[in-house]
Amino acid sequence: MENIKKLILNVVPGAVIENKKIFTVTVEPNKLHLLAKTLRDYAAIPFDFLVKLIGMDSGGKLGVIYMLSSSTDVSKEIVLKTWTEDRENPLLYSVTDLFETAHFNEREIYALLGIRFINNPDMRRFFLNADWVGFPLRKDYDANPELNPLSLDSKEIVDIAPRIMETENGLVEETVNIFEADDYIINIGPQHPSTHGVMHFRTALDGEIVKKIDVHSGYIHRGIEKLSENLTYPQILHFTDRLDYLSANINRHGLCMCVEKAAEIEVPERAQYIRTIMDELNRIDSHLLAWSAMTNDLGATTAFIYGMREREIILQMFDKICGGRLIINHNVIGGVMFDIYYDFQKDVKALIPYMREKLVEYDRFFSHNVIALGRMIGIGMMSKEDAISYAVTGPAGRASGWSCDLRKHQPYSLYDKVEFKEIIRNEGDAYARYLNRLDEIEESLHIIEQLIDNIPEGEICTKTKAIIKLPEGEYFQRIEATKGEFGVYIESRGEKTPYRLKFRSPSMALVSAMPLICKGEKISDFIGIGGSMDYVIPDIDR
Amino acid sequence: MLLEFSQPLEYTGLANWFDTTLGSWSLPVKLILVAVALLAAYAIIAMILIYVERKITAFFQARIGPNRVGKYGILQSVADVIKILLKEIIHINNVDKFLFFAAPFFMVVASMLTFGAIPFGKALQAVDFNIGVLYVTAVSSLGIIGVLLAGWSSNNKYSMIGAMRSGAQFVSYELSAGFALMTIVVLTGTMSFSEMIAKQEFCWNIFNGHISSIIAFVIYLISGHAETNRGPFDLPEAESELTAGYHTEYSGLQFGFFYLAEYLNMFIIASIATTVFLGGWMPIQIHGFDGFNQVMWYIPSYAWFFGKTGVLIFLSLWVRWSFPRLRIDQLLNLEWKYLLPINLVNILVMVILVIAGLTLTDLFPILAS
Repeated sequence: MENIKKLILNVVPGAVIENKKIFTVTVEPNKLHLLAKTLRDYAAIPFDFLVKLIGMDSGGKLGVIYMLSSSTDVSKEIVLKTWTEDRENPLLYSVTDLFETAHFNEREIYALLGIRFINNPDMRRFFLNADWVGFPLRKDYDANPELNPLSLDSKEIVDIAPRIMETENGLVEETVNIFEADDYIINIGPQHPSTHGVMHFRTALDGEIVKKIDVHSGYIHRGIEKLSENLTYPQILHFTDRLDYLSANINRHGLCMCVEKAAEIEVPERAQYIRTIMDELNRIDSHLLAWSAMTNDLGATTAFIYGMREREIILQMFDKICGGRLIINHNVIGGVMFDIYYDFQKDVKALIPYMREKLVEYDRFFSHNVIALGRMIGIGMMSKEDAISYAVTGPAGRASGWSCDLRKHQPYSLYDKVEFKEIIRNEGDAYARYLNRLDEIEESLHIIEQLIDNIPEGEICTKTKAIIKLPEGEYFQRIEATKGEFGVYIESRGEKTPYRLKFRSPSMALVSAMPLICKGEKISDFIGIGGSMDYVIPDIDR
Repeated sequence: MLLEFSQPLEYTGLANWFDTTLGSWSLPVKLILVAVALLAAYAIIAMILIYVERKITAFFQARIGPNRVGKYGILQSVADVIKILLKEIIHINNVDKFLFFAAPFFMVVASMLTFGAIPFGKALQAVDFNIGVLYVTAVSSLGIIGVLLAGWSSNNKYSMIGAMRSGAQFVSYELSAGFALMTIVVLTGTMSFSEMIAKQEFCWNIFNGHISSIIAFVIYLISGHAETNRGPFDLPEAESELTAGYHTEYSGLQFGFFYLAEYLNMFIIASIATTVFLGGWMPIQIHGFDGFNQVMWYIPSYAWFFGKTGVLIFLSLWVRWSFPRLRIDQLLNLEWKYLLPINLVNILVMVILVIAGLTLTDLFPILAS
């Protein structure tokens, strides 16, 4: 860390370095790009993975917080901050040329906080319409419904993007056409069976071949981050289940851990066991659905129903434990809400051999089918560099050869006590992503197997105060959800509600890579690749 | 006596009764009755097929399938038909009205025309053309016009892509199907379905031409399956990409026509395969086993026909519900790079077999009927 400190001060002498839990550097806006580039190209530990990009309204100043990590060791973290005083026309420099994942995130920040980024190639608002009045995440936002009345009129989609570019003559505001004039554009979504939710891909086709994809999102944006600012921590918990509903339990685990760490609440060991087992069951459930949905996208309806059949068993276990099937509602701050039911261990132990048998069946039914292989091998290639640049984590990132499993690199709960393999493949195609999920189911079974017999007796939840107030400060938490890295950022000012809460959505990174890996593929493969990436839209439209 | 069940018309003397009572009006009345009977058969077979497919699919997919309307859901198709008749036909702006309405009829008419030439049983054939094979091939390819019109006139990009795919697919696979049938025409030396069936009494065509026939049979099944636009060749509708392909914009009975035609095409392909390769309505006959042969004849000929067709339909359902969908380039590769060359060589092989006298009936003359 001393070396990095030296390096930073060398490049940006005015940088303010704070040695908190996470190394934090604050710089002037015009120095940020340089600093990020230096850190990204630092040979010893390249900080080339942009984990989170958080827009902030600190009351007076507007700013952006960058959390960088290293692709060689994702447990290394560094936080960069930059602020601007200008609230009328805030301008910051884009890092899109360094980290592709910043593109969508910067557009999101523009929509929600009004900060525009110089040199971002496409500065349209991401979740909101272009004519939205006000910036919702600003503290002085006027939520009066009359300002943004509900309109029943259809709105034309304008494929023209404004942007601010830095040239030799200073800053130039310009517009750029997303598509060429004679492109054949079809709208895949927002109502489409294979977008896995309310997603809208405007796709330019050249015959059957995808020429360009433009992503429109926000059809079901609920403003969860804004809502959370007025709710207490236990009240916020239920939102996490509604982000990526397929890894509901894991998301909630992440937020609970973040609050527990901040408030220094000890979680009883029994609760840790239950949480880990539930997380892994949730992972199996999610991967099964991903497998089924992908086979369905490729046109094999029967395989889809086979996957659902096995998933049902797990959902019934969730149902018996806590009454929820999809929205599991189980973790609370300090532990879990309900103890396991009497036959839980028996059920889980019955599931393990059954599931293994079914994995063999899936393998025989689909994984070696000659048509399926033709539809997956070599399709949707994503190189390791692209995966890192687009911050594609989870099974999809690991299929490109990037070791990014936080359960290994930054173990939480009981993951340091159990033995499991991190599944990594180097092909980077749809088939590798497909196989990764099936193999991860096997690893999850292995983890559960090691824990299920050793659940200790004891409390399931620590008694917490009626009102949980977090001490002033910033808290980061990263956790391995089913689709990739899920992140929580809380800035607390000592109140019972967070000052700013931000979730890192793994699906957003997956979708941001879609235009890249689908370019030049056939339209049928675009659907198949979507299935192999396995994104969930409510996770993006937070 | 029992034998007569194979020919219900002759058995009941219905045809003669018409001739004697109606005199010179007998022919037009009979023609109309045949047409009505065919139309009724068309609808009823489609309904049965829909029920059977739903039930069989359900068993493939570890489900129960329809089980609410009637015992075992047997009246489900009837309920569906009533529902589809009652549904509103939605009129869409900016479509080519005439072509939009004409398209479903092309589909239905094309498959209905084929229906006339299919021998359902002994003497149960509306028209016995001497060029039956050619007629069926020609008429069934009219259906593609309906698909292309539907896709083009809908003014919908999804429909358009679906129709274009369908055009490419249909034209390609028609070729293979035609060549596979030609192989058998070479073997039997006739294009008439009734003569073909008569020649298969002791030795089905699939055995008669051994290697060559079996190859032709497999190719015909694949390309026939592709012609019916059903999975894994269901690219024109590919619901995960194109929502519903060429019939996205159709509703009510118009959609029903496409649906009907799809099921009937499946039946037609299976029945032509039965007739050409598997002896049609002819019962299983083994030379020299006269007692056995006699017993087999007691089973009515239409039962044989529908039985054999049913097996082939089951095969097609099995394939449909097991495989993922092909991609358009893979689909065309399969046809132009594999099936067509194999087919061309296969016809040559068949010609050689026939000329050199290497077919089973040539080698064992007792098998010839």
